[in-house]
Amino acid sequence: MRDAVGTVRTVLLLGGRSEIGLAIVERLVRDGAREVVLAARDGVPAPPSVLTALGATVHSVDFDATLPDTHVKVVDHAVELVGDLDVVVDAFGVLGDQAEFEADPASAARAAAVTYTGHVSVDLAVAARLRAQGHGTLVVLSSVAGVRVRRFNLVYGSAKAGLDGFAQGLADSLHGTGARVLVVRPGYVPTRMSAHVDPAPFPTTPERVAEVVTAGLRSGATTVWAPRVLGPVFAGMRMLPRAVWRRLGR
Amino acid sequence: MTPPTLLTGWGRTAPTAAHVVRPRSARQVADALAGAGPRGVLARGLGRSYGDAAQAAGGLVLDCTELTGPPRLDPDRGEVTAPAGTSMGRLIAHLLRAGHFVPVTPGTRHVTLGGAIAADVHGKNHHADSSLGAHVRALTLVTPDGRTRRLTPDGPDADLFWATVGGMGLTGVITEATIAAHPVETAYARVDTDRTRGLDATLDLMARTDDDYRYTVCWLDLLARGAATGRGVLTRAHHARIADLPRPLRRAPLHHRPTAPVGAPPWAPPRLLNRWTVGAFNAAYHAAAPERRRGQIQPLSSFFHPLDAVRGWNRVYGPHGLVQYQFVVPFGAEDTLTDIVTGLSRAGAPSFLAVLKRMGEPTPGPLSFPRPGWTLALDLPADLPGLGRLLNGFDERLLTVGGRLYLAKDSRARAETVHAMYPDLPAWRRVRERVDPDGVLVSDLAHRLRLV
Repeated sequence: MRDAVGTVRTVLLLGGRSEIGLAIVERLVRDGAREVVLAARDGVPAPPSVLTALGATVHSVDFDATLPDTHVKVVDHAVELVGDLDVVVDAFGVLGDQAEFEADPASAARAAAVTYTGHVSVDLAVAARLRAQGHGTLVVLSSVAGVRVRRFNLVYGSAKAGLDGFAQGLADSLHGTGARVLVVRPGYVPTRMSAHVDPAPFPTTPERVAEVVTAGLRSGATTVWAPRVLGPVFAGMRMLPRAVWRRLGR
Repeated sequence: MTPPTLLTGWGRTAPTAAHVVRPRSARQVADALAGAGPRGVLARGLGRSYGDAAQAAGGLVLDCTELTGPPRLDPDRGEVTAPAGTSMGRLIAHLLRAGHFVPVTPGTRHVTLGGAIAADVHGKNHHADSSLGAHVRALTLVTPDGRTRRLTPDGPDADLFWATVGGMGLTGVITEATIAAHPVETAYARVDTDRTRGLDATLDLMARTDDDYRYTVCWLDLLARGAATGRGVLTRAHHARIADLPRPLRRAPLHHRPTAPVGAPPWAPPRLLNRWTVGAFNAAYHAAAPERRRGQIQPLSSFFHPLDAVRGWNRVYGPHGLVQYQFVVPFGAEDTLTDIVTGLSRAGAPSFLAVLKRMGEPTPGPLSFPRPGWTLALDLPADLPGLGRLLNGFDERLLTVGGRLYLAKDSRARAETVHAMYPDLPAWRRVRERVDPDGVLVSDLAHRLRLV
């Protein structure tokens, strides 16, 4: 349960190997979280040693985003391990390569399922749990790519657009239940997932994203941008005429 | 079932949702306990504990403010019996009409009798009269095993009585209580006021003169720097006798009419209270207090409950709410007190309601807060940067000298810290498990601090 200064006890990370997700978890553990569940395909047998060194107990759960029938069980399993879920960080997704998607449309649909529909089932399961426990925050890693979809990564961008809209709707549906949703819109973050794409303006790091997220958790924000400047930047981007937007470089 | 309601404490931090029902009788309380779901049940009064003591996330909360009825005063035995939902304000008004007063009142009259016992509240007379628990003659407790017990401090279930005094509502639901009532001649206090120049002068004056007065309390300016840190305004009082009153007041010495409260604005911007605004307020307040004044006649309501004059004053802290920090350190540990006061001053922590008080005899309640020593209470904006770390550091200091935190005020301490501060916790748990073997009674506080 969150205390008056924003410290939590338990964290569930969906996408247990996500660099941004792990940075957020590490930050929460530094601030006092004591029980961590890392959920990823085949579990996370070798979690980052820093978490245990900081005093947290780390559990691992098998979680496959492409198997929605199992998602309620994954959430139940996490609850069995640590009790009430104070913060759930939903951080999984695949960026993929646009050219490969175009050559193999079926693979694009599979990637979109991981980046979008996998979240629908697991986040609804999380929301049901948070509603029942009367408290807790779901942190959804969206992306600026979903704010206005670019032709250069339209599969990833459209999936994030769907996720972003879903998360906002979920936030509204949870209003007044004690449960909350925090939508996070990072810009370009150099990680393993994005190693193959060219850097974009206003790059940030997983640690900086984690800082923005924990500040948002404390203040009760509904949406945060990382870096913060992307909020006003994308307010402008959305206004650009289509013909200009289409011509913008990668 | 009704949709869940978001509940917070008086500090307005960390809201959680629960189903709320309003029982009107002990029977309905017992039914509600029997029908509690898997996420448990908890009694709540007027919601004046600062943190998460009166919340039960996802569970059932019994709003006990409708457990009311006329208080019954027995002047021969010097005691009054009232339903647990009776507010301290109502009880005081009733007693004053009959020339009596409550043995202990906290700093607000907006608490229920049941809540006051569950927190074992103290007042400005703790150094002389101990806490409310010492004046409870009997209480009626409904427990999850379906039984209703009449408990007394030295009866067959004395351990359950004392586990309930200060037990934060985790041993059952109090539905009625009998407490001592003292005769008074007037509804006024005779107040002496002194202004002090620094913490050492404050501590010295309090240590020397506390025992001469029934009621004492000192407001502290924690933002003053250097030698002025901890300067204060000390007020000490007795109940006024009829002969003390100016002639016009003698016609109706028991006339009691608390001033109608002024409402605080419904919304205040974040960071309205910062080191500059509060510093200016504190300096002005200190300067406005008389250097030395003797025998001022003041209505009891404004002496005991000055903050009740502003309805919803907690909103002034802005949307993120406030954290109240209250600790006690034993006599002899003045260094720790000084270090914490200096630490707050150095951090520029803007507290404009810092109150220092000396405590006397404790009650046997295992979770009851008061211990002989100095107690300091202060509030701070919850969004003050680094607040968690600052207070955790103070907690560590408290542990080294045997100090402790007040559970009714806490909203952020660590479980391990509180366990070390309350060594009788295991004994308290054993009593609780006897009447609540299935752990039906819960609260967010109990979860967070792993009390149960």
